[in-house]
This record gives sequence, C-alpha cells and structure tokens, in this order.
Amino acid sequence: MFDWRWEFVWQILPRLLEATGNTLLAAGFGYVIALVLGLVFALAQRSHFKPLTFATRETVEFIRSTPLVLQIFFVFYVGPQFGIMLSPWTAGMIAIGLHYASYLSEVYRAGIDSVPKGQWEAAMSLSLGPVRTYSKIIIPQAIPTAFAGMGNYLVGIFKDTPMLSVIGVAELMHTANSIGSEYYRFLEPYTMVGIIFLLISLPTASLLRRTEDRIRKKIGLRSR
Amino acid sequence: MKTLTKDYPLQLSGDDSPIVRFQNVTKRYGELVVLDALDLDVAEGEMVTIIGPSGSGKTTVLRMLMALEKIDDGVIYVNGEPMTHMEKNGALVRASKKHLRQQRTNIGMCFQHFNLFPHMTALENCIEAPIQVLGLSKKEACQRAEELLDMVGMLEKCHEHPARLSGGQKQRVAIARSLAMRPKVMLFDEVTSALDPEVIGEVTQVIRKLVAKHNLTMLMVTHQMGFAKEISDRVCFFFDGKIEEQGSSSQLFDNPQKERTQQFLSAVLEAG
Repeated sequence: MFDWRWEFVWQILPRLLEATGNTLLAAGFGYVIALVLGLVFALAQRSHFKPLTFATRETVEFIRSTPLVLQIFFVFYVGPQFGIMLSPWTAGMIAIGLHYASYLSEVYRAGIDSVPKGQWEAAMSLSLGPVRTYSKIIIPQAIPTAFAGMGNYLVGIFKDTPMLSVIGVAELMHTANSIGSEYYRFLEPYTMVGIIFLLISLPTASLLRRTEDRIRKKIGLRSR
Repeated sequence: MKTLTKDYPLQLSGDDSPIVRFQNVTKRYGELVVLDALDLDVAEGEMVTIIGPSGSGKTTVLRMLMALEKIDDGVIYVNGEPMTHMEKNGALVRASKKHLRQQRTNIGMCFQHFNLFPHMTALENCIEAPIQVLGLSKKEACQRAEELLDMVGMLEKCHEHPARLSGGQKQRVAIARSLAMRPKVMLFDEVTSALDPEVIGEVTQVIRKLVAKHNLTMLMVTHQMGFAKEISDRVCFFFDGKIEEQGSSSQLFDNPQKERTQQFLSAVLEAG
C-alpha cells in the first residue's frame, strides 16, 4: 500500500526547488504590495476627508469578506472583458496584494491606536506637522505592536500562494499538480510540497518572534 | 461653521496688551459646560496658578490655550494675535491647521504624564521639533538642547531613553523639550501629580529657577498649594468652569473672600 519511491523524489526535486523560488517570489512581491497598500488604506481610514474614509473602509470590508480565490479568478478572468489583459503573475500579485493589504491595514490601525493619546498631544504641542508626527512619532511606536500581526500575515501570504496555481502561476502547488498528472503519482510531490512549506514557515515564524523582541528593545520599549 | 456671536478685535495692540487673553471662551462636552464664557488676561512675565476642585475646568484652560481641542465660542489671543481664529476679509474665522501650528510655537506645554517620546533618547526628544519646525541645524539644536538639559540637571543622562529615567527625571526632560522651542508662554499641567513625593522637589526646583531667571509667562495647574502660594504672581480659583475668585497668592490663600474658596482651601489644607 505505502509505496514511497525515493528515486522518484530525487527525480522531481529539482523541478520542485525551482518552483519554490517562484513561490517565494510571489509571496515576497505580494507582501511588499500588501505592506505599502495596507499603510495607504490605514492612513486613508484615518483621514478627515469623510468620503475617502468611507470608501476605504467599505473596500477593506468587501475584500476581507470575500474569498481570495474568487478575487484571483475575478482579476484574471473578468478583467479581459473590460479590456484589461493581465498575465497570471500580474493578476495574481494584484489580487493577493490587495487581499493582504486589507488585512494589514487593520493590523496597522491597531498599531496606531495602541499609541497613547498623550503622544499625539505632545507632538501637537511641539507644532510638528502631520507627516513628521506619523513618520517620526507615531509609526515607530506602532510598529512593535503591529509587528506580530505583520509577521503572521507574511507566513499567511506564503501559505496562500498555492491559490495562484488556479490561474497557472508556476509555483509549488502548480508544479506538484503537473508532476502528478504526468507520472500518475501524487504521494511524493504533494508530500514534498508540504515539507518544503514547513521548512520555510517554521524558521520564519521563530525568526519573526526574535526580531519582534529585538525591535522592542531597540526603540526602548519593554519586551513582552 | 458657526460664526462668532459677538465682535472680537482682529488683534490686540498697545503696550499694556496681555500676552494671553481668553475672551468669552466656552467649551462644552455635549451637555456639560466645562468653560463658561471665560475671560482671563495674562500679562507678559506673569506666573498665574490655577487651582480648584476636579472638574472645575482648570486643565481645560491649558488644553484650550495649547489648542489641543477646539473651543465652542469666544476667542483666545496669544501675543496679540488670535490663536483659535484668524483674520479673513476683515473678520475672524476658525484657525486653519497651519495657523494653529504656527501659533502653537509661541506656547510650550508640560503634561502630567510627561508624554516623552519613548523611542528617542532625552537629547533626541529635545532636538526633534527645533530641527523640524524651527529649521535649526542638528548642531545648533543639540547645543540648545544640551544647555537646557544642563539647566534641568539632566545633561549626564542625555543619551538615555525615557524608560530608564525616573518620573522626576522624565518631567525635567519634558520641561527642557518644551523650552527648546523658545516659547513665550509655558503651561504646566499638574506636572507633579504623577510623581513620587520624594522627587517632586527636583521638578519644582526647576520651575523656581525658570521664574527667577527667565522672563517667561507661565500658567500652572497644580494641587500643591504650598508651591502655588510661594511662586505665583496671581492665583485663580476655578469653580464650575468659571473663575470664582482671583488675586495675589497672599490675598487668595490668607484672606479668601468667597465661601467656595474658603471651603476648598480648608478642605485641601486639612488633607495636608
């Protein structure tokens, strides 16, 4: 029954490793988009311009309440009907970046809300402008609180990259599927994919925890 | 935007015009009237102390003057110019954010809970705004900050983060940080209330020094009656968002006229 073939593992390993590169690339790109866009969403929600606040909050709610895989399909397959032709990579990065940006905006928001009101008032009393207040006073103090959530979503986006296989991005899951249908063997490719994900996720999570502690110490806050 | 209910001067002029004027200033939180048509003038170089029971609006006076919140009616003038409002086509309209930022540079404020920036050292706390707002070079700002930290006795600890300082030390750094902006008016909002009794003296000592050596205008809210009596040119007793009684410190503490003042003073003096 249990028929594990090592020679098959060695045979497919190079292809899987190559695909791992794509998976990391997709997670990395997607995360950078999400980090930047998430901050834009978070700041827009704090704006005093009510229509902007409202539109951003509704967009974030909408994205958070619908499945990622639907959003990926939507960007890739519905876009062309409106004349927007995107490669699987571009469509995938837009969808996954937007999706995680809406989650990260909430993480940033919680981080910003965790900064005591007195810090805003001190900045105000020193006549610091909004850009300086955010960049030098508020965000540096919000990051330690936000960092744990940001780290979780880094691991999260990495684990969600297999969804990009549905539109043909040649990442790990897509490659394992191809191998399976070529050789009619699924045990080894899928098992290997699981192991590769574990080998990357676990050390990343522990590295993030240690980094969080170091950041808190560095900026003079107590470690948790 | 609500228009002003009365006529207010576009600016104050004349040699005897006050450096701070509250004219008919009203502040409400919902139904609650915290400041009730307050009129208060403070002369240049004057040390005015505000006392009163909690909820009487004393801290609100300072917060309004720092423009941390909007007032509902009236105008506050600082240095002759309207602070909460600005002139537009010969009338006063609500101040823009830029106007407020500009006007705030005249005023420094120290808070009960210090509000130092925890991710910056004492020195960095003191140079941030002078560099960003006043446009000082880093060298100039550091020199100014070091002088002030020296004056408050904190030069040795200038590279420490606030987490490593005691309450009294934090408050002294906070005073230096405010002074680094060279304000014309300093506000002290219960600056010793959060301190352990044994370190209160190091902060009051710094305030004494400021009074003795600098021609700064100061407004102070405090619960330390002994210190208020010793240091103030004028003491205002607040009750229900109004000045119930005011006078020189000897007048107000030794010979209060109003019944509420007498009650308040006997209650706090009894408490020790």
